[in-house]
Amino acid sequence: MSTLVKVQEVFKSFENVHAVNGVSLEIEEGQFYSLLGPSGCGKTTLLRLIAGFELPTKGGISIDGISMDGIEPNRRPTNMVFQNYAIFPHLNVEENVSYGLRNKGIPKSEHSKLVDEALDLVGLAGYNKRSSNALSGGQKQRVALARALILKPKVLLLDEPLSALDKKLREQMQSELRHLQRAVGITFILVTHDQQEALTMSDKIAVMFDGRVAQEASPRELYELPNSQKVASFIGEMNFVNGKISNDGQEVHVQTEIIDTLKISKGRVFGNSAKNNLILGIRPEKISIHPSRSKIDGALGGKILDVSYSGETTHYNVQYSTDAKSLTVSIQNAIGQQIYSVGDDVYLQFDKENFIAFRE
Amino acid sequence: MIKLSKLLKVFAITYLMFLYAPALLLPIFSFNSSQIISFPLSGFTTNWFRELMYQETLHEALRNSLIVAVSSSIFATTLGTLASRSTSRYNFPGKQVSLTFILAPLVLPEIIIGVSLLIVLIQLGLPLNLWSVVLGHTLLIMPFSILIMNSAFSNLDISLEEASLDLGENQFGTFRRVILPLVYPGVMASLLLGFTLSLDEFIIAFFLTGTETTLPVYIWSLFRFPKLLPTTMALGTILLCVSLILISLSEYFRRRAAKSNTSVL
Repeated sequence: MSTLVKVQEVFKSFENVHAVNGVSLEIEEGQFYSLLGPSGCGKTTLLRLIAGFELPTKGGISIDGISMDGIEPNRRPTNMVFQNYAIFPHLNVEENVSYGLRNKGIPKSEHSKLVDEALDLVGLAGYNKRSSNALSGGQKQRVALARALILKPKVLLLDEPLSALDKKLREQMQSELRHLQRAVGITFILVTHDQQEALTMSDKIAVMFDGRVAQEASPRELYELPNSQKVASFIGEMNFVNGKISNDGQEVHVQTEIIDTLKISKGRVFGNSAKNNLILGIRPEKISIHPSRSKIDGALGGKILDVSYSGETTHYNVQYSTDAKSLTVSIQNAIGQQIYSVGDDVYLQFDKENFIAFRE
Repeated sequence: MIKLSKLLKVFAITYLMFLYAPALLLPIFSFNSSQIISFPLSGFTTNWFRELMYQETLHEALRNSLIVAVSSSIFATTLGTLASRSTSRYNFPGKQVSLTFILAPLVLPEIIIGVSLLIVLIQLGLPLNLWSVVLGHTLLIMPFSILIMNSAFSNLDISLEEASLDLGENQFGTFRRVILPLVYPGVMASLLLGFTLSLDEFIIAFFLTGTETTLPVYIWSLFRFPKLLPTTMALGTILLCVSLILISLSEYFRRRAAKSNTSVL
């Protein structure tokens, strides 16, 4: 796979606000790529820079080896699905979908065939003459997709396309988008603030904070090996515990309140501070709860502070020290799983392989 | 509370009566058979309307007025659309100042506009004819046009323009295929309102017209001949009806402009 979109040291400022602050990315052809971050992190600005609606203050963007410097949005090999879909209200579905064909110089005789194909692709076959005002949110979304895909762009840009849909429809569209991307093979760049959405749909994710890329990785790597505390707490949930380094070698040995000596491989230690203290992180589902200490070695005693049930899983907040420090534990509500209630004395067992450490 | 609301109702009705009762006298006397404008009414006639058909100078004034009204409403709407588009979409130095100056005729007395334009035209050595009236009326109508177009443009979602560019259309094509169709009701409202304003404008036309008079100026000149007063009433009735129809149409389009593109989001 070759690099399709190359973003090199791009900066973008609006008056005094540095929206994008030195971003470099290489997006491979055929990838489903997500820009993930909280609102105001510069992800939408980056997308608009790629589309050509904004011009970089510094740096360059190239697509398929061609520099996009000075190339207007209407001349770029990109198409965009807007957050509010931007369906032309004065045109019907067919006219919306065929809008760009004329500009591409495609003869009129082929339009209706292409429109039918595009509508079929997004599951709106037969909607040709429907007024765009009579469409539901999900249908507008599909028209916006068809309108962009009919032009066979090299890159399809999606600006929070699912944020306006209700949860059920959003989940359905997530899997449809994923299938659609595989079917057409076009590179998708998705902007989202929803980490769940990014994890389920993407081949690769760039997490952005304050105009910079904090980490670029596959969904699994991002979740299992976040490279900073900030990324770790943005993607899913993580427990953080203070630790002291006792041996800084091939394996880092850490003394903590929850485990006497923990050995962590170098590959799971991030950050390069020289300080003796570090922060350990462990995901709530990598901890298990037991009613008694028997047959567990090195278990940590505690008391259930809070229980929150959420269907598939139950979250327990377990206090483990006298000064009210607690850990969150997530337990699958599988068959035979014991249920605990507030005030129960319990023992926690850690999946020691799953600790990561941040030296920040 | 009930008492107060009743009082307000009475006030509103009285107010409307004072406002519109004089206008209602026009149609009443235009069908009255007596030449003298006073009660009691003496009988029903359509003579005054018939007489209108034979007055050459009236027809000429009407023709002049139509030329002025059509031209100035088209000029004002074109300029107003462009001005409104630039101020609602772009930021540039002096934007607020220039907008204020363009809108000034809304609050300036027409007599001042008329007199000052007259001085300028004479100083420049330009002749006074229908086109000088068109100039004055364009100036007068433009603020209305801008206000109508501003509301049309402010309802226009910017992402629609971006979507058009994104789909390969250029700036001009985007204006023609997306922006214009969406603000078209506003354009219609502006044209109709401009036409109506120009058609019955008297003061500016009076100052700037040369030998070719417009309809309101012609009507004013008729007052020197009491004998012609009932025909003037008949003419006034027709103008009143035409104005009402045009204003209603304009309002219809303005409302369509205000809601046309919000419904889709």
